[in-house]
Amino acid sequence: MQVSCLVFLPLLTAFLVIMTPRRFSYLIRWISVFGTGLHLALTIMISFLFWAEAKGDGELLRTSLVFKLHLVEKISWFDSLGIQYFVGIDGISLTMVVLTSIIIFAGVLASWNVKERAKEFFALLLILVTGVFGVFVSFDLFLFFMFYELAVLPMYLLIGIWGTGPKEYAAMKLTLMLLIGSAFILVGFFALYYGSGFYTFDLIKLATANFPVDFQRWVFPMIFVGFGVIGALYPLHTWSPDGHSSAPTAVSMLHAGVLMKLGGYGALRIAVFLLPEGAKYWGLFFMGLTTINILYGSFGAIWQKDLKYFTAYSSVSHCGFVLFGISALNFMGMKGAVIQMFSHGIMTGLFFGLIGMVYGRTHTRIISEMGGLARVMPWLATCFYIGGLASLGLPGLSGFIAESHVFLGGFFGHSLQSVGQSGALMKTFTLIATLSIVVTAVYVLRGLGRVFQGPIENAEFANLEDAMLSEKLSTGILVVVLIVVGLYPSILIDVIEPAIRPVLNRLAGGL
Amino acid sequence: MLASIFNSPYFYPSIYHWLVLSSALFSIGIYGFLTRKNAVGILISLELCLNSGALNFVVFDYFRGNHIDGKIMALFIIAVAAAEVVIAMAIFVGMFKHKKTIDVTEMNQMRN
Amino acid sequence: MQNFINIFTHGIFIKHAWFVLAVPFLSFVFVGLVLRPLSKKASGLIATLSISVTTLFVYGIIAECFLMHRVPSGAAWQVPWLRYQDGLSATLGVLVDPLSLLLMCVVTTVSALVHLYSIGYMRGDEGVGRYFAFLNLFTFSMLGLVVAPNILQIFIFWELVGVSSFLLIGYYYEKPQAVAASKKAFIVTRFADLGFFIGIFILGYYGFQSFSRLGPTVPQALSPFDFAYLTSPAFIEFFKHETYMIFGLSIFSLTLILVFMGACGKSAMFPLHIWLPDAMEGPTPVSALIHAATMVVAGVYLVARMFPLFVASPEALGLVQCVGTFTCLFAATIGCTQDDIKRVLAFSTLSQIGYMMFALGVCHGGNTLGYTASLFHLFTHAFFKALLFLGAGSIIHALHTNNVWEMGGLVKAMPITHLTFLVATLSISGIPPFSGFFSKDEILLSAFINHQYLTFVIALLVAGLTSFYMFRVYFLTFWSEAKWHGHVHKPQEASWTMTLPLLLLAVLAAISGFTPIAKWIFYTKSQVESHRLFFVPVFGVLVAAFGFLLAMLFYTGDRKIVDHVVLKFAWMYGVIKHKFYIDEVYLWITKKVIFRFIAFPVAWFDRRIVDGGVNLAAWVTRKTGWLLRFLQTGQVQTYGIWLVSGGLVMLLVLLTL
Repeated sequence: MQVSCLVFLPLLTAFLVIMTPRRFSYLIRWISVFGTGLHLALTIMISFLFWAEAKGDGELLRTSLVFKLHLVEKISWFDSLGIQYFVGIDGISLTMVVLTSIIIFAGVLASWNVKERAKEFFALLLILVTGVFGVFVSFDLFLFFMFYELAVLPMYLLIGIWGTGPKEYAAMKLTLMLLIGSAFILVGFFALYYGSGFYTFDLIKLATANFPVDFQRWVFPMIFVGFGVIGALYPLHTWSPDGHSSAPTAVSMLHAGVLMKLGGYGALRIAVFLLPEGAKYWGLFFMGLTTINILYGSFGAIWQKDLKYFTAYSSVSHCGFVLFGISALNFMGMKGAVIQMFSHGIMTGLFFGLIGMVYGRTHTRIISEMGGLARVMPWLATCFYIGGLASLGLPGLSGFIAESHVFLGGFFGHSLQSVGQSGALMKTFTLIATLSIVVTAVYVLRGLGRVFQGPIENAEFANLEDAMLSEKLSTGILVVVLIVVGLYPSILIDVIEPAIRPVLNRLAGGL
Repeated sequence: MLASIFNSPYFYPSIYHWLVLSSALFSIGIYGFLTRKNAVGILISLELCLNSGALNFVVFDYFRGNHIDGKIMALFIIAVAAAEVVIAMAIFVGMFKHKKTIDVTEMNQMRN
Repeated sequence: MQNFINIFTHGIFIKHAWFVLAVPFLSFVFVGLVLRPLSKKASGLIATLSISVTTLFVYGIIAECFLMHRVPSGAAWQVPWLRYQDGLSATLGVLVDPLSLLLMCVVTTVSALVHLYSIGYMRGDEGVGRYFAFLNLFTFSMLGLVVAPNILQIFIFWELVGVSSFLLIGYYYEKPQAVAASKKAFIVTRFADLGFFIGIFILGYYGFQSFSRLGPTVPQALSPFDFAYLTSPAFIEFFKHETYMIFGLSIFSLTLILVFMGACGKSAMFPLHIWLPDAMEGPTPVSALIHAATMVVAGVYLVARMFPLFVASPEALGLVQCVGTFTCLFAATIGCTQDDIKRVLAFSTLSQIGYMMFALGVCHGGNTLGYTASLFHLFTHAFFKALLFLGAGSIIHALHTNNVWEMGGLVKAMPITHLTFLVATLSISGIPPFSGFFSKDEILLSAFINHQYLTFVIALLVAGLTSFYMFRVYFLTFWSEAKWHGHVHKPQEASWTMTLPLLLLAVLAAISGFTPIAKWIFYTKSQVESHRLFFVPVFGVLVAAFGFLLAMLFYTGDRKIVDHVVLKFAWMYGVIKHKFYIDEVYLWITKKVIFRFIAFPVAWFDRRIVDGGVNLAAWVTRKTGWLLRFLQTGQVQTYGIWLVSGGLVMLLVLLTL
């Protein structure tokens, strides 16, 4: 019941928002904030229960290889087709649900100033989030896909109506590319449905199926690439810079922070978990591709003039880490990928939120037109720097935890019994990818330095105001999460580890 | 003699005769449909096609056990065709009012 | 008295060693979040107080070690922090051993004095709260670095000191040079850290592979990252015989070279030295603390910490020696030509760290006296160099200029500064009985007895150069004709918060040479106490005296002599004054090569080719639609023909099947 509440609370909120007469715009905002706040509280409650449990029988879970699902709800839906309403939560889901809760709460706070068609805006945002939550908790592929589409489609309207710049182009491009991705995914799902011989969409049941190796080898890349589109896999990432920079603040936050994580989540949860042989066959290939991702995104970011493009390219680079860790196919790599999903989600949500706030004041996003803003907006500058330092992997902030996991996973890969991948190649890819920590430092410091440091160049900017209360709250939450995870990583690791083990077990040929 | 003629199975047309007739009707209908310029002519040709269909229903019903359902279908077709004619004629009248012609080759506003 | 001593016999301080990290950290949080907006004065006071308490605590630990006549081995306090996977985790801990105690003592002492000094120096500045918070952050990070029991913790705090250095160099964030310098410092050290990071991977990788086998034989080794494990003979033996070769180097040496790369970055060794002179854009107390006494010697500390590994690899140690020797000479020559007082001091720092490095490096000759000498020099250098910087800060505070040619005649105006600056100058020049003499002598000796004669000669030469450029600054600043008469304010000593640290440091700079450091810090005890060669210190002092005389000749009298010499060697002088154009080379590489030939093409490629591909697909779709629409003639009969012929084709297909 709790999980269903988790999924449908935003939908209920959206319904309430729709029912509110348009003239009570304050009420609409308050309902949204209250709904998402309640959701956050619920999520935190559930995660504490979960965490206590994970910590309590830590030793047991540490050795257990069985897929353990909590708070399961299973109702048959279309019996004849083997479709169920099957939701539940494991460590990876929980991490992602917490992330989404935090981001949507911060996002709603950050869009306090949306005046134009506020009702539709908040309603669509909440519907979209329902889809995202649904994806993260559903363990039935059909349900999964349904929620996935629900998460992707409102984006078109949100960008097309409330966006800036070439918004129609960006919205169309984003939606079409993601839909092509989901076409791949759908075909892959049907292949799994028939290929297993069980005629079921139940993920847990499918995991016991014995897919033939050849079958796995052609289905795996299909699903992986399908999810890769939304996870910004090179060269299918180009929707992301345009989409993110045209989207309104909260949508960028949600999109870069959460939706891109659907890619990594699906790739890990479905592609790797169900098709281990395929994963082993294609692992190195995708590792190479994501190495390009990582470096390419960071080099691309150096040259960007627009703050949002800048952040979007850094997202491409950071999402590369997610898929990189997954393709490493070992414990540290996959764990690192999940941590990176969380960490990057918070970080990039923070970035896009801050950019929106800065833009709301300066009315420009061109880096060279700003300068010296730290004097007038110390709060925003501080948050920006903390986010920037997290993104360049400073220890003590969450980025380091994730990146060190991913790198160690890539570098150790070979020795960790996991797969038969070539150790030397994996190491080479990892070493090439580590170059990004320098390049990231270069672009982050250059970009932030130009925006916030130095003398104030534009006299109009000298009287701008710092963040107001809702903005401080919105960014403050994200910063605190970055720091807490960075200082006390066990809070994530204890939860994630038990969920990774079954995947590893399947890769090792178990089950 | 006459009785024997009437009783002969060759006197009564077999299913093939009827099917040939229906095909002929259908083909004539199609021919008309493709070649007529006048909208009413096209409608008439279309009616021929429909009626050939209805004929088929009746014929198959008669030769395959003489259940009633084929005939009911034919009645349906007649009813639907009647309704269709009414609507089509209404459209044609509207078209004529608008363009002073019911030549379908002139009706190419939706091209390309 | 006995009661007082008894406090130190229970091991309480060692048991609660976490205190050393906790106090600066809490103080950082408290000052940064609570006090900063409230009160500038309270921020400075609390920050200074907390560091002073930490300092006293460290002294308590040292006293315990002395009184109990034992140095605990292994980490005094340790908590699990980050579990990568079973058998591979990172802990946070406090390692108490002679080496870390030495560094802790240096860091806390200098830091406390710099904090105190900053109260006076930064008075009236707008962002004092921020300044003290960052200074506390730095102290915390530096302490975390020196007490690290495993290599991952070193890396973590290594990055944190980097970032606090970045924040403090860029403290005047509206000054473009300061911003540029802070970025440069961070990026250059980050680049070096890449090597360090990879080195850690490789060490961890081999450590992890052998840990289950060798780990249990090593006491106190919890994970493959622990120094206790990495420096254990068993592991070194295993790693050394790894046959994997890259570029003709064994993976063992290569790893150490990568680690040394990190050390080079932090310690600003050639060719990664370029950030340190620019880092002088930060407030002067920051330069004294971070860029002279503590952070920049972290590289030396790292090599010393991993010394057992380095000793096993003559190639790596040879490289340490070469880099150290070269930087030592290189920086000293540049130091003779700079006009900015802080830059002279910065290059002298480089040169002195070069001393420490090559002292470690020469040990591949077989005698490990250099290890002791290097750390001894680290110890003394911290005091006299911090003193020099604080003295310079005091002068800058009074005169508002950095240029030595605009100073002069300060002997009377600033007697305390003068006296303390003189002590420091004598100390760095290696004049007995000041502290620099003893440590430098030991370094020279270690080079000599390892038969590294070239290094020895260069070191002697640099000793002369050091003496020359330091006395150059000294004479120009204090004795030459005063050029500040036009100023409204007559320069004078600042408040006691600034002079007290100067005096305390002067005492330390004068007497710290008498510390019997060799008793505690050594690699092989017997080798430390053996050799004493009489002529080495004599040479050292003679060379220093020569440098002194030369400086006196040039800079107390007429400026014409200097100008004449400069003109005579104009070409060479120009090259040296421009720091051998190394900055320009780097600028060219980053601006022209990396930005123009990598970043720009990547951005272009992405927009044109990759995104172009997407747009092409969209274009093809649109064009196909455009072509197909000509099938839409608007003639019902055309559609009819298509329909019928389609039907016929299907019929045919069905019939033939």
